[in-house]
Amino acid sequence: MSVAATPGPRVAATSGLRAPALLRGDRASRASTLGMFVVLLAYIAPVLLVIGNSFKPSADIIGNPLAPPTRPTLQNYVDAYDRMNFLGSLINTAVITISSVVVICFFGSMTAYFLTRVRWAPNTATFYLMVLSMMVPFQVLMIPMIKILGDLGLLRYSWIIVYVYFASGVPLAVFLYAGFIRSIPHELDEAATLDGCSRLQTFFYVIFPLLRPVTLTIAILDVLMFWNDFLLPFLVLRRPEQRTLTLSTLAFVQSHTTEYGPTMAALLLGMLPVFVIYVFIQRHVIQGMVAGALK
Amino acid sequence: MSRHWRNAGGYLMFSGPSTFAFGSVTIVSFVAGVVLTFTNWDGLSTSLSFAGLDNYRAAAADSAFWASLAMTGRYVLFVVLLSNVLAFLLALGLSGKIRGKGLLRAGYFTPNLIGGVVLGFIWYFIFTQGLVAVGEALGLEALSSSWLASPSQAFWALVITSVWQLVGFLTIIYMAGLSTLPRDVLEAADIDGASGLTKLRLVTLPLVRPSITICVFLAMGRSFMTYDVNLTLTNGGPYGSTEMVAMHVYQKAFVYQEFGTGQAQALLLFLIVAVISAVQVSLSRRGEVDL
Repeated sequence: MSVAATPGPRVAATSGLRAPALLRGDRASRASTLGMFVVLLAYIAPVLLVIGNSFKPSADIIGNPLAPPTRPTLQNYVDAYDRMNFLGSLINTAVITISSVVVICFFGSMTAYFLTRVRWAPNTATFYLMVLSMMVPFQVLMIPMIKILGDLGLLRYSWIIVYVYFASGVPLAVFLYAGFIRSIPHELDEAATLDGCSRLQTFFYVIFPLLRPVTLTIAILDVLMFWNDFLLPFLVLRRPEQRTLTLSTLAFVQSHTTEYGPTMAALLLGMLPVFVIYVFIQRHVIQGMVAGALK
Repeated sequence: MSRHWRNAGGYLMFSGPSTFAFGSVTIVSFVAGVVLTFTNWDGLSTSLSFAGLDNYRAAAADSAFWASLAMTGRYVLFVVLLSNVLAFLLALGLSGKIRGKGLLRAGYFTPNLIGGVVLGFIWYFIFTQGLVAVGEALGLEALSSSWLASPSQAFWALVITSVWQLVGFLTIIYMAGLSTLPRDVLEAADIDGASGLTKLRLVTLPLVRPSITICVFLAMGRSFMTYDVNLTLTNGGPYGSTEMVAMHVYQKAFVYQEFGTGQAQALLLFLIVAVISAVQVSLSRRGEVDL
């Protein structure tokens, strides 16, 4: 390894050792690679600035927000973690998001299977109604929805959010699943029926396992949407201990506007869980977002 | 058992839960929303009576609504234009002969992981502290005071923040579009001696037209309904100059308790966005090339 540490790229190339991936290639491609990384650095500079400042005492942030932390401290994180009820909000958000996604994928795939496999007028009507509803933004439904939920005494319950996410997320899931199920040959269903499977068994043993890629796409699209959602939880959740991460970040920052240090830490804590997961599955996230957009 | 009864049974089992939730939330809210605009509903009274077009008249007479709509229109125009141009250029750069493509793509996408509330707060800090410090350090007059304190600059702060987030998302869609371009056509252009710019204008751009259609549609849909960034970055200020239409509707309904008027304005907004999107998609589709 002592050889690899010293030589330049050329020696490394002739001696059969590979230069770091980013330095290989001809000069032009190396220059544009470097250029794109420099642009990326400038592009994400705002986030880097917040990260840098989150390790500084508040006085140093106001003194010079551009300076790197000279007296690094984790105190901001400790403050924010306690006062924004980070763990509680994280659990609330995770429970709401995960249960919504599970319900959507479970019932959405069943619905799509039935709607595409059985030619029947009510099925066609349901499908097109769902597709049409995807054009309607939440803001159009929000006022009557909140009034009705209020009249029924259902506001204040966290689970009502899961129900609303299920209702508003299922059309996209049905649409994406339906596109995929249409490409699965009917012979597969028929073979399963001949082997004695009921319609439910056919779906769960034969069809559902084939839907894995679409399930992943839907899960990613929905997690990103629900995890960061603001309006619905803001309108429904009343008690502080019910707050999702977005709501507790908002509450914390709005009541500590002058404490820059803990504010920076709170913002980063709010983003952290998604970023950590993203690092591991970024390829899937990007493919999922593209697939969702191109539908 | 007749076929219809068997189908109905299957429907209940397979589609029952989804359809029930979808109907009870989405369909009921939509229909109730239309009905309520024709009543005197104020959110408090238990009895509703028919009010004709009163809510629509009140909505149309609300000059703040039209001001916020005009402001939102201007915002959407700049956000859609800037985010698409920048995203296309980035995608071009990332589609060339470069290393570390996966890493770069992942990096450029990261702003999309940030929710609107946090996004607004981050840029609030950038505009009130970060850029002011940069202005002082470099002696730049334009950055010496916070952009959020002046109505015209607060508008641009909002545009920049939204573009920043949207660019990462649109870039990956343009990259996906560019990667499907037929290589033989591009090579033919090279052999015919087309220079970089000519090739871009006459070959690449027409071929990525479908991606442009999608990206403009997505950017428009997202930016018309912007609410959370608006709330945490400018909160409509200074002096209500950056109150966008989604925020106006929210305030009308939940702060001033004028539910009927607020809902009428929400429906108007929806109609406007639907018509603009339909026109955009059909115009843009017309220019697409089939190979």
